[in-house]
Amino acid sequence: MNQTVYVVPNPPTPNRIIQFNPVNCTGCNSCVEVCPTDVMMPNPEQYQPPIVVYPEECWYCGGCVEECPETEALTLLHPASQRISVNWKHRDTGEVFRLGMKNPPPARQMTVSGKRSASRK
Amino acid sequence: MTTWHDYVQATSRLPEWPYPLRFGKVKEVVSDVLVIGGGVAGCRAAISAAQNGATVALAERGNAKRSGAGGSGVDHWHGACTNPCSRVTPEDYTRAVFDSAHGYTSGPVRYISTREGWDTLQEAERLGVQIRDVGDEFKGADFRDDESKLMFAYDYLNRHILRIWGFNIKPAIFREMQRLKVDIHNRVVITSLLTENGIQGNRVVGATGVNTRTGEFLVFHAKAIVISTGSAGRLWSFVPELTASSSMSDMNNCGVGLAIGWEAGAEFACMEQTMPGRLSGFGYAPYSMANAHNTYHGTPIVDANGKEVPWVDGSGNELKSVAERFLPGPKQKFILGDGIGLASYNEEYRNNSLAPDLPERIRKGEFTLPLYADMSRLPEAERRVIFNMMLTNEGKTRVPIFDTFTRAGFDPEADMLQAPVMLPQGYAHSNFWGAGVNAPANIRAQSGGGFLVDWNLRTSLEGLYAAGGAPLFGGGCHGESHTTGRYAGRQAALYARGAAVAKPDKDQIQRELCRAQAPLAKPRDGIGWKEINYAIARIMQDYCGAYKNEQTLNAGLRLMQDLRETELQAAYASNPHELGRLLECHSLISVGELIMHASLSRKASSRHLDFYRLDYPELDPHEWAMLLPIKQLGGQAMIRELSLNHHLEAPYNGDYEQNYRQHCGL
Repeated sequence: MNQTVYVVPNPPTPNRIIQFNPVNCTGCNSCVEVCPTDVMMPNPEQYQPPIVVYPEECWYCGGCVEECPETEALTLLHPASQRISVNWKHRDTGEVFRLGMKNPPPARQMTVSGKRSASRK
Repeated sequence: MTTWHDYVQATSRLPEWPYPLRFGKVKEVVSDVLVIGGGVAGCRAAISAAQNGATVALAERGNAKRSGAGGSGVDHWHGACTNPCSRVTPEDYTRAVFDSAHGYTSGPVRYISTREGWDTLQEAERLGVQIRDVGDEFKGADFRDDESKLMFAYDYLNRHILRIWGFNIKPAIFREMQRLKVDIHNRVVITSLLTENGIQGNRVVGATGVNTRTGEFLVFHAKAIVISTGSAGRLWSFVPELTASSSMSDMNNCGVGLAIGWEAGAEFACMEQTMPGRLSGFGYAPYSMANAHNTYHGTPIVDANGKEVPWVDGSGNELKSVAERFLPGPKQKFILGDGIGLASYNEEYRNNSLAPDLPERIRKGEFTLPLYADMSRLPEAERRVIFNMMLTNEGKTRVPIFDTFTRAGFDPEADMLQAPVMLPQGYAHSNFWGAGVNAPANIRAQSGGGFLVDWNLRTSLEGLYAAGGAPLFGGGCHGESHTTGRYAGRQAALYARGAAVAKPDKDQIQRELCRAQAPLAKPRDGIGWKEINYAIARIMQDYCGAYKNEQTLNAGLRLMQDLRETELQAAYASNPHELGRLLECHSLISVGELIMHASLSRKASSRHLDFYRLDYPELDPHEWAMLLPIKQLGGQAMIRELSLNHHLEAPYNGDYEQNYRQHCGL
């Protein structure tokens, strides 16, 4: 533990509303451009993921994810208070799950209705 | 590294403002028609004005490609009364809404919305929005017409509400605006309307605004203007750290259009009408919890032991089958459907719903919490249409809910989604995720009021038109916003054709420039925009809450004025983003004042308007059954009386169809 400790305000609430994957994000800022409430700013360093500056202004429309030209470059995350609320129960076994749980069940296939669904990533 | 905190701690640097700063610089924009607000209504207004030969500029707070309440999609379209399968006429529909609202809605707005709703939707189809089951995914389903391939919602018999694949509707109309060379100005907060000679009540000739990335001041010159902005969502309810994710209006919703119209002297109706702040936050992520409403209409709700909650028809009779949940009961003429900007429904038009005495039955122990949605009890096509079709197209559901849930392994066939666990009275309304019961009682929301418009959707000011769910008195939901936008844009273009160019007042522009830039130069010993917004919300909650009287309303007005002259004067903005949010607080104050003046004007309580005066407790006395249009002149509120039926009285015709034909401009 020899890293510098800075004086910073508390982490905002909510905090991590969008999680960028720096491997897949190219820093193109398409998400920044389209966000209705301007919650992100371009990173001062080129090709780096944007910086979330105003997380409490996000209203979780998902436009940033839809606009992203890459795959799995950013994820929209509801606040923890809402993830903790999303629970479901397996009808036959009674097993319970929740969004964000440890050891989640496997992802299911996206079966989106509509003529454009074939290209859904 | 994703957040600001990550960045500053990793680099030990503060990021510099990334956009070029143009404080004090002025940009002039000239067009025939200016559209203020680039949501679905504004984009449709811009398109139709351009189609009618006008040059068009559009000022949008975010980025018009995906912004606005309808920006992230729509799964069903109300009032498509002229579609080939519909059994409801525009006039039937308008009368049903008008009667259900006890006359406190706009007949012209409702008629126009349903008369042109289907045409407007077909135009969206031509722009690439899927409105038919062209892939035959739901062939043979009860809710599908196999010839037209249209799919219906809520009422499978009368077929005036259509399920559509609207996730891309905003990008589609955005591209059409670009193709028609609409001059789009994103990231602009509008601060005022310019009037001829700078006089309140005169013809509207332009507007001013600020770019919230560069700080540049914009002066728009136009012969006609369409206002299509959002509601004042931050007026009573402002706790974004807690509620932004559960709100159905984003941070940009601060009633700018209403505010600038009020300051310019336009007339409004029913601004005293409010409703509990059910969708203003304090709930759960929209559509993320079990419920049986809107997109999830018809979903079986069971208790912790698997016992199913009964459904009833619009008259309260228990339904025996799932199929009956989508058909009108014996006493219903047709089902109007939810989410059309209507506070109450007459029995003949009421929707099927979960038993309304569910809260009482939970208290007595008949049903055990938590409740669950068990979609496995639905016919396969109904389950698939809700989960794989509607949840992938409705606003704020495609990525936030469908993608997220599917990645997390949720299976609608095998898993039961839990409902919020809340006070029993929270289950009285089948939209459980809205959890209105969690919102403080004095959090109210605008409901139904707005610009009073004529059969041209023109406001009381020459050159000024209004469109969309939020600014229009009587505005509806998503589809209605497209339709009124399309109509208002056409009317604005037709007016602009014959209108002379009018010069705005230089002094008015200069005053506005000074006001709009002042917070940047303030010393940093004042407060910021969020604290101002909290103070505004406090005034509205305390002095204009669910119950009010002459004294509280006058105190509220005094405190708003006081706030303007003290804390607001000292409030600062560090950058163009904060400046935009602070200027929006100016708008919120204006809208709050408008609502409190309107509330003072009605010296009677009204169940129909959800309006309770402690000093005038009598409910809906006959002599107060009228509109009280209100405008501002020289700082004074001016009120007149207007018949609820004015739209069918002289100088208009007594017939909806004839009025429409005379004014529609087709």
